[in-house]
Amino acid sequence: MATDDGSAILQVEEVAKHFGNVVALEGASMEAKDGEITAIVGDNGAGKSTLIKCVAGVHLPDRGRIVFGGEVVRFSSPEEARRAGIETVYQNLALVDELTIWQNLFLNREIKRGVGPVSFLDRKAMARRSEEMLSRLDIHIPSVHARVRRLSGGQRQAVAISRATGWGSRLIVMDEPTAALGVKESGRVEELILRLREEGHSLLVISHNFDQVLRLSDQIWVMRQGRVVGGRRTSETTGDELVALVTGANRGEPDEEGEA
Amino acid sequence: MSGGTVVRGWVGEAVGRRLRDPGFWAERAAIFALIAVVVVFGILSPNFLTVGNLEAVLLAGAILVVLAVGQTYAVVTAGIDLSLGATPTLASVMVGYVVGREGGTLLACLLAVLVATTFGVLSGLVISKGGITDFIVTLGALSVATGLALLISDGRPVEVFDPFLLTLATGSIGPIAYLMLLALVVAVAGHVLMFHTGFGTHLLATGGDKEAARNMGVNVDRVKVTAYAISGFLAGVAGIMLTARVGSAEPAVNTEFLLNSVASVVLGGVSLFGGRGSVAGPVAGALLLTALLNGLTLLGVSEYWQPVAVGSVVILSAFLTRYQR
Ligand SMILES: Nc1ncnc2c1ncn2[C@@H]1O[C@H](COP(=O)(O)OP(=O)(O)O)[C@@H](O)[C@H]1O
Ligand SMILES: [Mg+2]
Repeated sequence: MATDDGSAILQVEEVAKHFGNVVALEGASMEAKDGEITAIVGDNGAGKSTLIKCVAGVHLPDRGRIVFGGEVVRFSSPEEARRAGIETVYQNLALVDELTIWQNLFLNREIKRGVGPVSFLDRKAMARRSEEMLSRLDIHIPSVHARVRRLSGGQRQAVAISRATGWGSRLIVMDEPTAALGVKESGRVEELILRLREEGHSLLVISHNFDQVLRLSDQIWVMRQGRVVGGRRTSETTGDELVALVTGANRGEPDEEGEA
Repeated sequence: MSGGTVVRGWVGEAVGRRLRDPGFWAERAAIFALIAVVVVFGILSPNFLTVGNLEAVLLAGAILVVLAVGQTYAVVTAGIDLSLGATPTLASVMVGYVVGREGGTLLACLLAVLVATTFGVLSGLVISKGGITDFIVTLGALSVATGLALLISDGRPVEVFDPFLLTLATGSIGPIAYLMLLALVVAVAGHVLMFHTGFGTHLLATGGDKEAARNMGVNVDRVKVTAYAISGFLAGVAGIMLTARVGSAEPAVNTEFLLNSVASVVLGGVSLFGGRGSVAGPVAGALLLTALLNGLTLLGVSEYWQPVAVGSVVILSAFLTRYQR
């Protein structure tokens, strides 16, 4: 296999999570290799978002382990995951409409200057750095002083992604980055994702668009009913096989582990 | 065509576009309305535009300005602080109680501010940790503070003779009365805190989109509690100013404070859905309301009409906020 020699940056082992009576994850395992785009596919309600929220520190798993960069981690907040180097672009993007683009890019990471305990925002520096962050990824937006409310779906996605990449993160997690976008905007976001991989970022991307996953990813994991039911190198699978795995049509090996 | 013409044309177009944008006017409604009120009353009443009267307006508006800034902090978190109808009264009664027992001005003022701030902190905690809506919690706090004020004062107003408070009420630096100066300090500090600190950004983010703010690691509960603490603290300051101004501590509830603080915030273009607003707007709103009441009085309009005027202006301005973008 061509890109098989990368080491795993993330390993999820038998992670389970329930909400009251709802079992969202019942022992899901997968891994992501350094420098690759790893995709997770599966029907609505399969547990994809819950799985990445466990990775991102939003949920604490009930059972199982998560190994990140060779160390067992147990994040009790998104902030902890972020400090460890996992940045997440949520399905809702976590952008505040009423704030400007630069305020969103630096939300909770404000650049300040001041003396001792008294410090004030360095608004100019944040605006300038925001312009750099966006232009580095070739994202075109009228002004970093515009409110996010004014942006199109694709522009919002781009802002959220550039925020995730701007902090020396080691793994960028994206939940359905193109679900709400039209064809043209999806294309631009895909370009952005590929550019990030070229820059050496590792990405974990949820999608339920098989064509997209086949175009973008190096490795695909398939989820069904709270489990990871299969894993394939993208170069060695087909859309038909993925459909069969997602729907559970190949009853032969329901809990088959992927050859990563 | 020279570059200069192009730039000038472009700037002109940009300005024109802003002026035609109803959102531009909606956000600055209070300031334009304040100017309009000053001009109209200036024409209608020869006494309105005198230095003495304008000073009187600013002085009378000082307490409302402080309360409006406090209310703004509650409203930008998508909340509302109804307890502002009674916490200034409670703070005032505390001042009367301590001064009346020879406890000293400093202790009186500290206790007044402490009690009012505690109300804010507790409201914020119940709202954020208990998950009860702001409206209900602060309505409860309004009632509790009303009762406590009556209990502490035994339902009776007391005169407060205190040299410090007397100086606060009557003194000035040049033409600027201490009370005006205090309101100005509160307004400037309120603005700087909201727009030039990390806390301010987190406040606006929490009000605008709590889930997004939380996802970015903002401690939204702490933001909420702090916002109500600020509102409570300023209610305490307003209570001290009130005591100084009237020279007594009266347990009667000031519903106008509550109504007018909310009105100032609405006039000031603060979104009631949270996340968007300014401090300058509500300050202008507070001065607008004060100028309106002053002008009506000068024109000899019955004071029974005043609440009608305030209410109409507020509803009118709330209409404008529909054009905010
Ligand atoms: N916070 C939550 N509270 C209760 N149930 C949840 C929560 N999050 C997810 N679930 C449930 O867990 C299951 C998996 O959801 P999710 O991980 O969002 O799936 P996917 O992202 O694959 O569509 C669903 O049945 C969903 O209703
Ligand atoms: Mg999902």
